[in-house]
Amino acid sequence: MSKALLYDSTICIGCKQCEQACATQNNLSYDDAVASEEYQSAHKLTCIMTRGDKFMRRLCMNCNEPSCASVCPVGALKKTALGPVTYDPSKCMGCRYCMVACPFSVPKYEWGKLFPKVQKCVMCPDRVAQGKQTACAEICPTGATKFGDRDALIAEARQRIHDNPNKYVDHIYGLEEVGGTSVLLLSSVPFETFGYRTDISKDPLPMLTYRVLSHIPDFVPLGGMVLGGVWWITHRREEVALAEGHGSDGQKKNGGKE
Amino acid sequence: MARNSIFRLTFWKLVFLFLMAAGLYATVVRFTQGLGASTHLTDQFPWGIWISFDVLCGVMLAAGGFTLTAAVHILNIKRMHSIIRPTILTAFLGYILVCAALMYDLGKPYNIWHPLIMRNPHSVMFEVAYCVMLYTTVLALEFSPIVLERFNLQKPLKVVRTILIPLVICGVILSTLHQSSLGTLYLIVPEKLHPFWYTPLLPVFFFLSAIGVGLAMTIFESSMSSKHFGLQLELPVLRELGRVLFVVLGIYGILRVEDLANRGALKLAFHPSYETYLFWLEISLAIILPLILLAQPKVRNSPTGLYFAAVLTLLGFITNRLNVSITGFEGSTGVRYFPKWTELAVTGMIIAIGFALFGLAVKYLPIFPAEELSTEKSSEADSAVLVGSEVLEHAGD
Repeated sequence: MSKALLYDSTICIGCKQCEQACATQNNLSYDDAVASEEYQSAHKLTCIMTRGDKFMRRLCMNCNEPSCASVCPVGALKKTALGPVTYDPSKCMGCRYCMVACPFSVPKYEWGKLFPKVQKCVMCPDRVAQGKQTACAEICPTGATKFGDRDALIAEARQRIHDNPNKYVDHIYGLEEVGGTSVLLLSSVPFETFGYRTDISKDPLPMLTYRVLSHIPDFVPLGGMVLGGVWWITHRREEVALAEGHGSDGQKKNGGKE
Repeated sequence: MARNSIFRLTFWKLVFLFLMAAGLYATVVRFTQGLGASTHLTDQFPWGIWISFDVLCGVMLAAGGFTLTAAVHILNIKRMHSIIRPTILTAFLGYILVCAALMYDLGKPYNIWHPLIMRNPHSVMFEVAYCVMLYTTVLALEFSPIVLERFNLQKPLKVVRTILIPLVICGVILSTLHQSSLGTLYLIVPEKLHPFWYTPLLPVFFFLSAIGVGLAMTIFESSMSSKHFGLQLELPVLRELGRVLFVVLGIYGILRVEDLANRGALKLAFHPSYETYLFWLEISLAIILPLILLAQPKVRNSPTGLYFAAVLTLLGFITNRLNVSITGFEGSTGVRYFPKWTELAVTGMIIAIGFALFGLAVKYLPIFPAEELSTEKSSEADSAVLVGSEVLEHAGD
């Protein structure tokens, strides 16, 4: 059963305890200066954004069909059956294609380090595998971030919108975006207010490249045959010409070179 | 004449030494302080000039290798045989330098071999990595007869000549795959890349333009060689290349306009914006101006005319690659990227090394037909020294 996080911004009080718990979980330092940063970075994997009295959380969406895992040439990023999109720094060679490809621009890089890693929220894969909640969901004092089965959380999100249609924008962000994500968001103000794009594709993006890549096994033998055939025809003509006595010296001159 | 040559020699040597010194210093900064200190790359802009120019343009500029080997060995166009060696040299050097540039750009270059054993067949980058690796091997083999001839190693020479045709076929297939795949890389970012450049046809455009650039590069490199090594210019061959280039650019241009129109992006081309200016710069340099020039017999019959048409094409498609990989992302990321001096210094050094290696190869290996080299410059007493060292900075890479 695939797990997910449901963040309901109408319940969030902006206490930022999720940020702190996340930092502890991932061995990152956390202080007032870090707390005041309202964006994700290599040292801050989730953040609470404030616009007036409204809050919104940002973290890796842990997509169902993640672009980052699809583009990674060495398979350092992987979607697990439980939901988390994990990262293995020992495999990574630092090409940063994941950062370019991510539709939410989530993966961040340790630019200041000599042997840098990609950093992103990986949805506490060890905790989830042990049947525990993510660190952020566990600490949340109001239940704004809730951990559970994805299907159950979707049903609950629908119920909340249904019960309070005036309180919510009628949109569960992450239900359909890029084919669905393991993080679901509810908001009382348009998602664009917090920089979440709603014009994003409903289809998983990895198909866009795989559609092309999947033709390669067909193309290689076919291309080889066509090129070989052309070579045969063009050189056969020459042999025929030679046999008929029309061979010019130019043909002999260059034969066999290279 | 002699004094003039010596002066030029000194000037280019100075330029070369300056580029090497700056590049080496930047190399030290890169490998002791990391990417953050040596580049203007950020989380919003993770790919910069080392990918855009050194890799994307590098691979594109080396496309003459597969274009010309296909023309000579597969299509059996014999009159182009005389220019195939410098073209293969250019391609081989190009790929070696692309690999060198990758070592700078990768965050953990010592893991560059990982795709060999950690495979993700869904990744375009994985496919490009394999193709580039295999094609560099193919180019090394295609280049090897030149070295083997020099040292008169008949046995291996015979082996390479026996497998030449399958080798050439592999080279053409591998090139077709990864030249187009460099475009496929960007198919996964429909929301991030500007509509001028995001199109499902990106792989087709990258492949077609690689053929065009391969032809233009061959014209450019032949013109430079004839000027600086005192070789006979193969005008009939270049004229033919010019004609084919005209057709390739024509097809590319028509497809490009049709694609823009079909996606409704054509009207954007008449709204003034940062992207629009760079789009028109690209289209003018890569398509409009070369097509106008090459359409005239006067231009196609003149070495200078062909040279300018080729240079415009090269500049145009360099602009195209920079637009796809940099300009097209500046809108969606909200960040302007301009390379740091260290990034430029490394790129400058890599280009300088390319020119130098080309010169050295011409000096020590049978790249150009021997009779041409000896007849042209034998009258000059210092010809050997001159050819040997002046080339260091001149020929195309």
